[in-house]
Amino acid sequence: MELDPLILSRIQFAFVVSFHAIFPVFTIGLASFIATLEALAFKTGNPAWVKLSGFWTKVFAVVFGMGVVSGIVMSFQFGTNWSNFAQASANFLGPMLSYEVVTAFFLEAAFLGVLLFGRDKVPAGIHLLAAIMVATGTFISSFWILSANSWMHTPAGTELRDGVFFVTSWSEAIFNPSFPYRFSHMLLASFLTGGFVVAGVSAWYLLKGREVEANRKALSICLWLLLLLAPTQAVVGDFHGLNTLEHQPMKVAAMEGNWETSRHVPLLLFAIPDQESQRNLYEIGIPSLASFILTHEWDGEVPGLNEVPVAQQPPVAIVFWSFRVMVGLGLLMIAAAVTGLVLRAGGRYWQTPWFLQAMRFMSITPFIAVLAGWFVTEIGRAPWLVYGLMTQAQALTPSLTGGMALFTLIGYIVVYALVFSAGVYYLMRVLYVGLEDRPEEEHEMERPKRPFSAAHVPFEIEHDKQRGKPASQGGH
Amino acid sequence: MELFDLPLIWAFIIGFGIIMYVLMDGFDLGVGILFPFAPNEESRDTMMNSVAPVWDGNETWLVLGGAGLLAAFPMVYSIFLPALYIGVFLLLAGLIFRGVAFEFRFKARTSRYLWNWAFAGGSTVASFAQGAVVGAYIQGFETANGVYVGGALDWLTPFTVLTGLGMLAGYALLGSTWLIMKTEGYLQEWAYRVSLPLLGAVLVVFGIISVWTPFVDDMVRERWFSNLSVIWILPVLTLLCAFQIFRSVRNRFEGMPFVATMGLFIFTYLGLVVSRWPYVVPPEYTLWDAASAYESQLFLLLGLLFVIPIVLAYTAWTYWVFRGKVRAGEGYH
Ligand code: HDD
Ligand code: HEM
Ligand code: HEM
Repeated sequence: MELDPLILSRIQFAFVVSFHAIFPVFTIGLASFIATLEALAFKTGNPAWVKLSGFWTKVFAVVFGMGVVSGIVMSFQFGTNWSNFAQASANFLGPMLSYEVVTAFFLEAAFLGVLLFGRDKVPAGIHLLAAIMVATGTFISSFWILSANSWMHTPAGTELRDGVFFVTSWSEAIFNPSFPYRFSHMLLASFLTGGFVVAGVSAWYLLKGREVEANRKALSICLWLLLLLAPTQAVVGDFHGLNTLEHQPMKVAAMEGNWETSRHVPLLLFAIPDQESQRNLYEIGIPSLASFILTHEWDGEVPGLNEVPVAQQPPVAIVFWSFRVMVGLGLLMIAAAVTGLVLRAGGRYWQTPWFLQAMRFMSITPFIAVLAGWFVTEIGRAPWLVYGLMTQAQALTPSLTGGMALFTLIGYIVVYALVFSAGVYYLMRVLYVGLEDRPEEEHEMERPKRPFSAAHVPFEIEHDKQRGKPASQGGH
Repeated sequence: MELFDLPLIWAFIIGFGIIMYVLMDGFDLGVGILFPFAPNEESRDTMMNSVAPVWDGNETWLVLGGAGLLAAFPMVYSIFLPALYIGVFLLLAGLIFRGVAFEFRFKARTSRYLWNWAFAGGSTVASFAQGAVVGAYIQGFETANGVYVGGALDWLTPFTVLTGLGMLAGYALLGSTWLIMKTEGYLQEWAYRVSLPLLGAVLVVFGIISVWTPFVDDMVRERWFSNLSVIWILPVLTLLCAFQIFRSVRNRFEGMPFVATMGLFIFTYLGLVVSRWPYVVPPEYTLWDAASAYESQLFLLLGLLFVIPIVLAYTAWTYWVFRGKVRAGEGYH
């Protein structure tokens, strides 16, 4: 069988960007959480806040470091596998990515050091400032990269001449039609991720009865936050969908599993879309509801996949199911947050074991929802790379052979598998050791400003069994 | 409408970014290359501590280089990366392992030797790949209509292997002179001792490359031997720097060897630039051919003029917060 460089490159891009996306989505939310904790500590002087902030900063350091390493790979992907696309879109994407580096990455890198290691070296106010700057950096970074990505979905402010995009209006290109929705949806997703992870870990500590005072506080803040964010996300998502209907109707048709343009379209709860026969098998749906959600009229007309030739349809089944996974988890998140509110009566939210167990489980759901969301967005635009203007096949590097693409695909999978397992293993160690005071903590302050080194925990699990003697750090 | 020669301005900016990256990431890669040869485990700790605070920021220059090339000279970006496809992967894999090793080595006990190897191996592979990129640039690329049309391993020739080795030796020298400056005691003594043999190796490899280069490329030969003889000042300055390294290491100066090594790099780099100027994708395309649209270059330039001074200011401030000499048993444990 002939190796197809296009398919392999798509798999590779999907793999490296999904891998990368897991980390920022968490750090964006967590950075703001840490800044909030620092501000509370600064204002009230309550040691519980300092303790929480110190602990979550260690977790942050590990995740952030993995985000940096995988991000460096991303910035070269466009050139290695999609060089025609790089060449064609450089006039817009180049400045966007460069602005991201100079306004966000340098800011994050510089103030991260002060945040992680500077608590003793700078005044408390400056330390708080560093936390705020790191959080700001993550927002600025999302702004640029999501603008770039949104432009590929709803290209505006540019004109295609001789195969190259030229910018005619920077403001129209940067604030392209889908950008406001994608930006707010993604930031909310990041906060939900941060919120559910912190809530889940706190719940786990509460189940074990560890550091009850601090963890109860953390869980409480998170539950208030989630109660606000989870429903907001659903509303924003709805608007996002309406925007997509306007600009990328075929993506919506795939999301709804709607093969023919028609009225009274049902909202499908279950179906197996079959691209070959251009219909769904085993449909279960609520009559007319999709028409109502998308057009706000029960007999509204919803576009169907039959409007374009089969070759121009996105892969329907994966878009259809990813969308259901995302929305399903979104609804579950709302349910979890509301349950937390109900349990507040009599302060039961932090002492009800089944609820704490459920929150523990919930901590992985945002990651799944985020990846599912990106799958909807990215796979739903196939075969277009720049919607309506450039296909994925046109974007591919001409000199790329199947063998080369396979080599690097396997390479990245192996490298990331090693790095990811080491990182997750190490993160587990940080969580396992927890918030409790440890005598060697003082050394922390002299340590250089490296992300992971803030997480001051020995690598191998077995060392923990020998606790009691100051856990391993070289006996100083 | 086109008031300024923006591609020219951008060539200076990118050129500045590249040499910043080479000098800054160069010494911390060099420390990684020297890692397996260090006298003992304790000095390895100190070596790592000496670069740990700056390593992260240094690599951001590489990201800026990538993004800046895409913005200002997209043709360079979209020809170099496909042409060097396999090499770029090795470079990135090396950087990943080395970055992770930084973080995990100090937490490891039984598996520590693995992270030692990851750090040394990653640094070595990444440095070699960067040297090979320089060699491939001198060699030129097979293109048609602004697109790379050569094969996957065209870049890998005896000449690029040699430039790869040259980069290894050069970075190792930057690393050892950096250690002279930042450490003391027997580690510093060790760094003094390895610097001279490394200098010798650098001179030999650089010498062979200089003799070989004119044969690899006619244009370079033209330039060096006929029309532009002023540029002979550059190799002379390079040799002066080498002599200065030699003298200052013999006299046990602390800061001068590192400064002189940076000089050696800068003059070699300038020599390379003038040999090829104004071709950015040899042998065919000049920087004006490779440039992006005028309004894109302008849009980014205006922002950079405003943002870069701020970036430099707060970066300098954080360096100042973490100033000081690195001693054994300090920093990581
Ligand atoms: C919504 C958020 C988001 C998205 C969609 C992406 N990134 Fe990212 N990226 C971040 C948010 C982020 C971040 C939160 O700002 C990170 C995480 C860790 C860090 O240092 O910054 C980051 C790191 C990061 C780095 C390392 C920066 C450094 O050296 O400090 C690079 C080079 C990239 N990213 C590049 C990309 C590219 C080319 C992407 C798309 C294809 C991409 N990112 C998607
Ligand atoms: C960070 C979250 C992101 C995730 C999880 C994600 C996910 C994906 C996935 C799964 C695909 C594969 C589609 C397919 O094979 O049919 C894809 C395609 C693509 N995405 Fe994204 N994406 C993300 C962000 C971005 C951003 C920010 C950009 C651009 C700046 C981008 C550019 C692309 C490109 C160029 C492709 C085409 C290559 C391909 O089809 O595989 N993506 N993405
Ligand atoms: C509960 C109701 C939700 C609705 C109605 C909804 C709606 C949507 C829609 C329509 C898209 C596709 C946009 C496009 O056409 O490109 C999308 C994408 C996405 N969703 Fe959701 N969503 C919901 C919940 C969530 C949750 C809970 C998360 C994560 C915590 C999430 C994360 C994402 C992400 C990361 C994307 C891809 C980026 C983007 O295009 O914004 N969504 N969502």
